[in-house]
Amino acid sequence: MGLLSDPNRRRALIGMLTRLNAPICMICYMAGVAWFMGLAFEPFTLRTYMSENAMGSTMVEERFPAGERALATGREFAAHKKKTGGMPVDWLVRTMQARGLEVYTQRFSRKLPFPDEDKERYMVKGTNVYGILRAPRAPRTEALVLSAPCSPGNENNQAVGILLGLAQYFRSQIYWAKDIIFLVNEHDLIGMQAWLEGYHHTNTTGMDWSPLQGRGGSIQAALSLELSSDVVTSLDLVLEGLNGQLPNLDLANLFYAFCQKIGVLCTTQGKLPRNDWDTTSGYSHAVQTMMLMVLKQASSRPWGDHGLFLRYHIEAASIKGVNSFRPYKTDATTVGRLLEGMYRKLNNLLERLHQSYFFYLMPSLTRFVSIGYYMPAFGLLALILLLRALDLWVQLSSPPTRTTEDGVEVVPASPGVLSILTPLVISHLTGVALYTLPVLSQELAVEHFPVSETEAVVLTAIAIYTGGTRSHDTHRLLAGEGTEQGWKVLKLVAVLYLAVLLGCTALINFSLGFILALTLVPLAAFITPHVPKTLSAVVMVILSPGLTLLFAVFFFQELQETPVTLQEGWMLYLSVISQGILDHALYGSLLYPLAALLVYPCWLLFWNILFWK
Amino acid sequence: MAARRCLGLWFFLITLCVVSTGADVLHTTPVTGTESSAAGTETVVARELPEAPSDPGEHTAAEPTREGEQNDRTRGGEQTLGQPTREEEQEQEKTREGEQTPAQPTREEEEEEEEQEQTRGEEEFTREEEEEELTREEEELTTEEEELTREEEEQTREEEELTTEEEELTTEEEELTREEEEQTREEEEEQQTTAQQEEQTKRWEATELEEEHVHDAAVPPLAGDPPAADPPSPPPSKDDFQEELVIRPLHSGDIYASFQFRTVWDADFMGDQKVSHYRLFPKSLGQVITKFSVRELHISFTQGYWRTMQWGQPYLPSPPGAELWVWFQDTVTDVDGTWKELTNVLSGIFCASLNFIDSTNTVQPSASFKPLGIGNVTDHSFLRYATLPREIVCTENLTPWKKLLPCGSKAGLSVLLKSEKLFHSTFHSQAVHVRPVCQDPQCRTTSMELRQTLNVVFDLHTSGQGKREWSLFKMFSRTLTEACPLASSSKVYVDVTDNPQGEQFELSPATPLLTQAVVLGDRRTYSVYDLTQQASFGSSRSLNMLLRWKAADGEMLRPLLHSERYVAGYGLQAGEIHTLIYNHHPYRAFPVLLLSAVPWYLRLYIHTLTVSSKGKDNRPSYIHYQPSKDRERPHLLEMLLQLPPNSVTEVTVEFERALLKWTEYTPDPNHGFYVGSSVISALVPSVVAMDTNSTLDRPLFSSFFPCKEEASYFMRVYTEPLLVNLPTPDFSMPYNVICLTCTVVAVGYGSLYNLLTRTFQVDEPSPGLAKRIANVIRRFRGVPLL
Repeated sequence: MGLLSDPNRRRALIGMLTRLNAPICMICYMAGVAWFMGLAFEPFTLRTYMSENAMGSTMVEERFPAGERALATGREFAAHKKKTGGMPVDWLVRTMQARGLEVYTQRFSRKLPFPDEDKERYMVKGTNVYGILRAPRAPRTEALVLSAPCSPGNENNQAVGILLGLAQYFRSQIYWAKDIIFLVNEHDLIGMQAWLEGYHHTNTTGMDWSPLQGRGGSIQAALSLELSSDVVTSLDLVLEGLNGQLPNLDLANLFYAFCQKIGVLCTTQGKLPRNDWDTTSGYSHAVQTMMLMVLKQASSRPWGDHGLFLRYHIEAASIKGVNSFRPYKTDATTVGRLLEGMYRKLNNLLERLHQSYFFYLMPSLTRFVSIGYYMPAFGLLALILLLRALDLWVQLSSPPTRTTEDGVEVVPASPGVLSILTPLVISHLTGVALYTLPVLSQELAVEHFPVSETEAVVLTAIAIYTGGTRSHDTHRLLAGEGTEQGWKVLKLVAVLYLAVLLGCTALINFSLGFILALTLVPLAAFITPHVPKTLSAVVMVILSPGLTLLFAVFFFQELQETPVTLQEGWMLYLSVISQGILDHALYGSLLYPLAALLVYPCWLLFWNILFWK
Repeated sequence: MAARRCLGLWFFLITLCVVSTGADVLHTTPVTGTESSAAGTETVVARELPEAPSDPGEHTAAEPTREGEQNDRTRGGEQTLGQPTREEEQEQEKTREGEQTPAQPTREEEEEEEEQEQTRGEEEFTREEEEEELTREEEELTTEEEELTREEEEQTREEEELTTEEEELTTEEEELTREEEEQTREEEEEQQTTAQQEEQTKRWEATELEEEHVHDAAVPPLAGDPPAADPPSPPPSKDDFQEELVIRPLHSGDIYASFQFRTVWDADFMGDQKVSHYRLFPKSLGQVITKFSVRELHISFTQGYWRTMQWGQPYLPSPPGAELWVWFQDTVTDVDGTWKELTNVLSGIFCASLNFIDSTNTVQPSASFKPLGIGNVTDHSFLRYATLPREIVCTENLTPWKKLLPCGSKAGLSVLLKSEKLFHSTFHSQAVHVRPVCQDPQCRTTSMELRQTLNVVFDLHTSGQGKREWSLFKMFSRTLTEACPLASSSKVYVDVTDNPQGEQFELSPATPLLTQAVVLGDRRTYSVYDLTQQASFGSSRSLNMLLRWKAADGEMLRPLLHSERYVAGYGLQAGEIHTLIYNHHPYRAFPVLLLSAVPWYLRLYIHTLTVSSKGKDNRPSYIHYQPSKDRERPHLLEMLLQLPPNSVTEVTVEFERALLKWTEYTPDPNHGFYVGSSVISALVPSVVAMDTNSTLDRPLFSSFFPCKEEASYFMRVYTEPLLVNLPTPDFSMPYNVICLTCTVVAVGYGSLYNLLTRTFQVDEPSPGLAKRIANVIRRFRGVPLL
C-alpha cells in the first residue's frame, strides 16, 4: 500500500486514471461483456456434481409400479373437475383419505388490485386440498412437499393422478423418515401462496385464508409437478423462483442424476444438454440456454409453483412434462419412478440441502457457473462507475483555475445544496408516483377513458414514466441556474448511487443487476451537459429501464423460438407490465418497486444532467 | 351439597329396592347383553357364553364357580371384614378433614347418618349376596347393587388421603384440582362449578381406590383396567410381579398394543438397613434408587408422535424422544449434583444419551408434574424434568429395558417383544416408572412399585397384504404359549367396546370373560384372556388372537382435547411459536396446565405472549415464567388456562434466534435445533358424563342430577417438538474464511493502519550518484559529509 501512502506515486496513479479514464472504461465494458459471454463456453464452466453426501452414494431402487392406475385416477379427477367446474374438493378429500392420508383443506380468497387479463381472474376464491402422509416413528418435525396445481381446463390432470398414485404407493412403505405432504392447489400461484402463508402463519400480501389444521414440521424440500399428457418426451426442470431466488443446486443435480439413471430426457429452459461445445452451434445453444435463465431470473417472478417456496428457505423446483414430436416417449410409470427415487433420496437427507451452490447460472443441465465465476463480469461493469466517480472527484477537488484573476473568484462557487437536492427529490417523487398512482387511479382512468382496468393501470404507468422525463424543467424553477460544478456534483452522486444500487441488486439477483448494468452503465459514463442533446436523448431513452424491458421481451421470445411481430410484442409488453405489478401485489415480487422507486429515479438523474443549464 | 343429599337418598332407595327384590334375584335368568352391566363401571363380570368352548366338562363346571368364589371372597370378605377398619379410617379422616376445612362439618354429620343407613343396607345385602354365591350373574339388579356398593364405598372414603396404590392419573388429577382450587381461591373467583368438579373428582378417585382395595392382594388394575377373574391371591410375599397386554383396535384399521409389567416390592429403600437381596426387582434400578435417594422416577423413550386425532388417547402419554422426570427425597441436599449423576447412570443403564441432560435443558415445573406415588412433598425444588426430543429409540434401548423384567424375554408376554417387529411400527414408546405405593390399606409402610410399559401402534397400510386383520403373530411374529412363571397375574385384554355384537370385527378365539372399566373418561369393555389358565391356550397350546374387521372405517369419537404446535414466520431472525389447544367438548369448559420449556437460544419475548380463544383474550389465571440464562438454563413457562367449550385456544409468543458460538453448533447445524414438546395437563370432562341421554340402560332416578362419579379425568397431552433453524455460518468453507479474513486484515486493516499512524515528512530529494561517492570518500577521510 505504499502506492497510496506515497503522495508522489498516488498522484501519478490518479493522473493516469484520469487521463486514461475513457479508454479504461471502454476496455472494462468490453471485458465485462466478453467475460459474461465466456460463461457459456464449456471449458470455462464446471460440470455439475452431487455435493450432498446423504443423497450421493446410496442409489435406491425405484419400484413405483402403478403408472397406469395413476393415469386412470387422473382421468377420474378430470371427470370430477369437469363436473364441479373447478376443484373437486370432496372427491379429492375422499380419495386421499382412502389412500390413508390425513387430509385437510384450506379455503382462501383474494381480490386482485386489478383484473388479471391473462388468466382472466379478479376475485379469486378457492380451496387447497392436502394430505399428509405421516412418517412412521417420526415426530412431525420434518416434511417434504409434492404439489400439483389444479389448473382450469384439461391441464395437469395427469399430474394430480401421479400425485395420488405416488401417495398410495408411498403410504405402504415403512422407510419414510419425514412426513410427506401431497398438495393440490387451486388457482396455481395464488393457492400456493395462500397455503404457504397458512403453513407458516404469515401474511405478507393481505390474502384471506383459513388457518391450516395439520402440519408436518419444517419443510425440507418441495417439488411441483406439471404434467398434461399421458406420455412425455422429456421432463423440464424449472428453477427460477420469486425475486430471482434459486434452489440449491443439489436439487437440480438430483433430478439430473435420476434422469440419467432411468433414462429420461431432461432439459432446462426446454433445451437439451449438448456435447458439441466446440462448434459454433453448440456454443450458441449454451448461450441461449444461459440467456433464457438470465432473463427468467431477472424477471423476478416465480416460473412455477415452486417459486414461492424459496422465500421460506425451502428448496423447491418444478418438473414439467413436455410432450413434443420426438419419437422416444416416457410413460407415467417411469415418471412416477423418477419422482419416487427423488423423494427417497430427499427422505435420506440429514440436513437441509446446503452443501451445494445457491447462486449459479446453468448454460446446460450438466454445467453450471457459480457465483465466483460470474461475478467478475458484473464487477468489470461496476468498475466503470467507480472510475467515473474517481474522475469526477478529482475534477471537483482540483478545480481548473479561473480566467478572472481577481482573487475572489478563484474558487468557483460550490453548488448550493438545493441544486443537488432538488433533482434528487423530484426524481424520487416521480418514482413514488410511478409506484402508487397506476393502481390507485385505475377507477378514475376507467371513468374517463374507454379502457379496461388493466389497460388503465398499464397505460397510467407508461404515462407517468414518460411524463417523468419532463421533471428536469421543474427543478430549475426552484434551484435557479445550474453551474458547471453543480452538474458534476450531481453526476458524482448519481454515479455512486447507481453503483450502490446495481451492486446490491446483483448480489441478490445477479441477472437483474447485470442486465441493468449493461444498459445503465454506458449511459452513466458518457452523459454530460455538453454532449449533443438530441442524439444523447435518443440514446438515453433507448437505454432506459422501460425500453430495456421491451427489448428483453422481444429477445426472450426470440430465444424461445417463438418470435413475435411488433404488434404482438407490444401487447406482450403491456401484459408483462401488468403481470409485474400483479406479481408485486400478489406474491411480493420486488422488481416493480425496485424499478419504480430506485432505478427509474436514478435514470432521471442522468436525464437531468443531460439537460443541465 | 344438593348432590350429596341426592346420593344419600338414592342409596337409601336402592337399598330398599334391593332388599325387597332380593328374593327374585335368585330366580332371574342371566342375560347375555353387556349393556345391562354398563352402569357398573369397575365391576367384574363373569359371563358364560352360551356356546361352550371345546372341552366343556372341565371348563364350564370349574370356571363360573371359581369366578364367583373369587369375586365374593374379595368383595364380600373385604366388605364384611373391612367394615370396621374403614369406619375407623373414616373417623380419622373426618377429624383430619375437620381441621383442614372448617367449612364442611355439617355436611359430614349428614353424611354419617346416611352412611350408617347405607352400611346397614349393605350388610343385609352382603348376606343375600352370599346366598346366591354361585349363580351371580350380571343383570339389572346386580348392576344396581354394584353401583350401590361402589357409591357407598366412595362415600366412605371420600375424604381419605390418597395413599394406596392408585392409578397414576388420579393423584395427578387431584394435584391438579388442588392446584386449581388454590389458584381460584387466591384470585377470589371461586366458582361453584369448580367446587363441584373437585367433589366429583374425588369421588371418582375414591371409586378407583375402592376398586383397588378390593383387589389389593391380587391384581390392581393397570392402565385403568380392572382385573377380571382374579386368580387366587398368592400368599403374602415380599414381591409380586404382574404382566398385562391391552390391545385396542383403532378405527383407522391400525392396532394399538400396550404392555405393562408391574413389580411391587415391599422393601424400604430409604430405610436404615441396606437392601441387598434382590429377587424380582431389578438390582440395577434398586441400587440407583438407593444411591441417589430417588423418590419417584419416570423415564420414557418414544419414537414417533402419538396421533391423538386418529388414535384417541394413549394409556400412557409420552413425548417424542426421551423424557425423564424425577422426584428426589427431601433429604437430598445437592439436588442438581445428584440429578447430574443420576442422568449419567441412567444413560448407562438404558444405553441412551441421557447424559446430554444438563442445566440447559432441565427445568423444575411448579405445577405440571406432581408425584404419582404416595407422599405429600410438593416442594418442586426436589423435582427435575428434562426432555431430549432428538433421542432416537432403537433396539439398543429395548434390550436393557427387557433385561429389567423378571422373565426377561424368555417367557410370558415379553416373548412378543421382538425388535424386528416392534420397530416396524408407526409408534413405539417404552417407559419405566418407579414410585412408592402403599403396602396395605392402612398405608403404614410403603412398597416400591416398578412399572414398565411399552406401547406400540402397528399400521395397517405398511403391514402389507392389505387385508384388514390383525393377529398376535402378524403383529409380533410370535404367539403366546405360557405366562411368565414368576407372574402372579398374566392377562391379555382386547378392547371390544365398539363391537358389542361383533359387527365391527370378529375376535377369535372367543373368550368367555368380559370386563368393564372407565378408561380415560370412557366406559370400555374388554375381552380378557387369562394366561395363567391353560384353557386360554386352547387345544393348540398357543394363543394367537385374530381380529378380522368386517366393517370399513368406523367413526371415532373425537378426542376432547388435542393440541398442535408450530413455528410461524420465515427468515432466520425472528419467529413465533404458536400452540393451539382444542377443546372439543360441546358445552363444558375445563382447565389445562400448559408447560413449555424452550432452550435459551430461542430468546422468547415474553411481552408478546398472547392467549386467545374464540377471538377474545383469555387471561391465564396462573403464570409461572422463569427466564432463560444464556448457556445455563432454558425458559420455563407454565400457565393455567381455562378452555372455553368447543374452542381453540391459541398461545403465541415471539422469539429471536440467537447466534451461537461456533463450537456450540451441533455437527449437523443445518438440520436445525429441537425444542421439546410442550406438556398440557388437563382435567378433561369425561365422555361418560357428557352423555346426557343415558336413560336407556339405567333407572330414571339414577340419572336426574348431573353428578356422576367419573365427571372428569386427568389427561396429559404432548405437543409436537419443533425443529428450528438457527442462523448458521457456512462451516464447509473454513479455508475460504481464513483466506478472506487474513486478506482483510493484511490488506485492508494494514494499509489503513499504516496511513493513519505514519507521520509524513517532506524528504529531501535523494542525492545523486556523484554526491554519494563523494560522501563515501569523505567518510574515509573523516571530513564532514556534504
